[in-house]
Amino acid sequence: MSENYHPQKLPGPLALDGGGALTDVAVAYETYGTLAPDRGNAILLCHALTGDQFVASAHPVTGKPGWWARMVGPGKPIDTDRYHVVCANVIGSCMGSTGPSSLAPDGEPYAMRFPVITIRDMVRGLVGLLDTLGIERLHAVVGGSMGGMQALSLAANWPERAARVLAIATTARHSAQNIAFHEVGRQAIMADPNWRDGNYYGDEERPGAGLAVARMAAHITYLSEDGLTEKFGRRLQDRSEKTFGFDADFQVESYLRYQGSGFTKRFDANSYLYITRAMDYFDLAEEHGGKLAQAFAGTDARFCLVSFDSDWLYPTAESRHVVHALNAAGAPVSFVELSAPFGHDSFLLDIPALDRVAKGFLE
Amino acid sequence: MSTAPGSASELRADLAVIAAHIEPGTRVLDVGCGDGALMAALLGKGCDVRGIEIDGALVETCVARGLSVVQGDADRDLVDYPDHGFDYAVLSQTLQTAERPDLMLTELVRAGRRAFVSFPNFAYWRMRWALLRHGRMPVTRHLPVSWYATQNIHHVTVHDFEALAQELGLAIERRWFFTDARELTASGANWRAEYAVFEVSARR
Repeated sequence: MSENYHPQKLPGPLALDGGGALTDVAVAYETYGTLAPDRGNAILLCHALTGDQFVASAHPVTGKPGWWARMVGPGKPIDTDRYHVVCANVIGSCMGSTGPSSLAPDGEPYAMRFPVITIRDMVRGLVGLLDTLGIERLHAVVGGSMGGMQALSLAANWPERAARVLAIATTARHSAQNIAFHEVGRQAIMADPNWRDGNYYGDEERPGAGLAVARMAAHITYLSEDGLTEKFGRRLQDRSEKTFGFDADFQVESYLRYQGSGFTKRFDANSYLYITRAMDYFDLAEEHGGKLAQAFAGTDARFCLVSFDSDWLYPTAESRHVVHALNAAGAPVSFVELSAPFGHDSFLLDIPALDRVAKGFLE
Repeated sequence: MSTAPGSASELRADLAVIAAHIEPGTRVLDVGCGDGALMAALLGKGCDVRGIEIDGALVETCVARGLSVVQGDADRDLVDYPDHGFDYAVLSQTLQTAERPDLMLTELVRAGRRAFVSFPNFAYWRMRWALLRHGRMPVTRHLPVSWYATQNIHHVTVHDFEALAQELGLAIERRWFFTDARELTASGANWRAEYAVFEVSARR
């Protein structure tokens, strides 16, 4: 599958927040649209926890359309006729960028020897990629969920690199509830006997059962109660009676099992551990002396934050918290809470208002 | 009062007078910015303009126009803006909807060095006449919504505003009065004006 990836070797080692450095770092990326001669039309798109660089092209494993194909493309709100879109797999992930499944200098997979990384480390990798691509200043950095965290981190730590920051359905810090859900997922993976302390890469069996449970638990947090009720209610799956057993009687059970097992075909369990950890460690204020406004003191970018009223994972209050800090820092900021029934996942779905906001903001 | 030529000319009269009297290149906070009409006019004067608007659909319109607008409730969110972060704060046709207009005015001249405030004058003679004649809460061109549905929870008159400004220690820098889109002289404005625009500042 690796011929589908375009890994860019970074020239030097990548210093990490946890101390030490990662050597021989590769960042796999895709681009869409043409880079203008003045290199001023580049938009960096940052993906979410289980996303990847295939934002607007078919996924090489699943064959499914890109995860934001409705937003990115010719004539789309992020118009590739005008903008040069760069989307890269974050380090720690498993789609061609250096992560726990990559080979360490000793020729064996890192597995749990991979260092614990942070959101800022991921962004450091992305900035390294931009350097090699000769893109000094982005027209915009755009991301939803964990992608939004990266966008905010880039604005705070490399303020000269982006003229606009569009952060959707995101937060400046992981809450106790966010960490709690991630811990459930990690424990599910580590409780799988096939996980074997992360050393499963040479094995026939992978910790798929644990990873599937992790995905199922997380997937619930991406939806809304109303959305689940509307989509599934208490309807039964391909049967007219309950079976008085533990088969997937309910449609919602069947759906979650399908989501879980599908996910294991394209994602590495150890990557899931590392990336959720990075998200849990994310606290932009903490990085900047405890004051979020301080994080944005050096910025001259324009910001736009968008939240969704049914998102209980990163609720509107989290976006407002960022907006208040940006106001205190004197940064030009827009914020809108959009109404959408689909919970956190709304940012990936058909919400025309989001299209209008994104398009207008990026002009 | 002549309004600025060009972009400001199609604005509602109170917004036009505000746009005409804001110095080019200044920093402006438009509280209750609506569809961003005033903001767009001020951008044309080289101002750095930010807006606050409670209605999500209007915020979306503004952001899609490329304006920097935050969805929020001015009653609660103004406190988050730093002292004198703006040269001007604008409150157009919003004072009478505030939970506490006195606190909002105080916040306004804290966030901005000066503030423009426009409001419908409840002592306008047509209001008085409607109330006197029919004994019912007036529904007019400028206050078109019935008492039970209106967002205008604190009706105010020109004299009330002047008294409140005095009480809060605000200096009234300039005032403009209108009926329909026509500007009036200040004499008898509490009777004659359908709405008013005040420029105020915190007294030094």
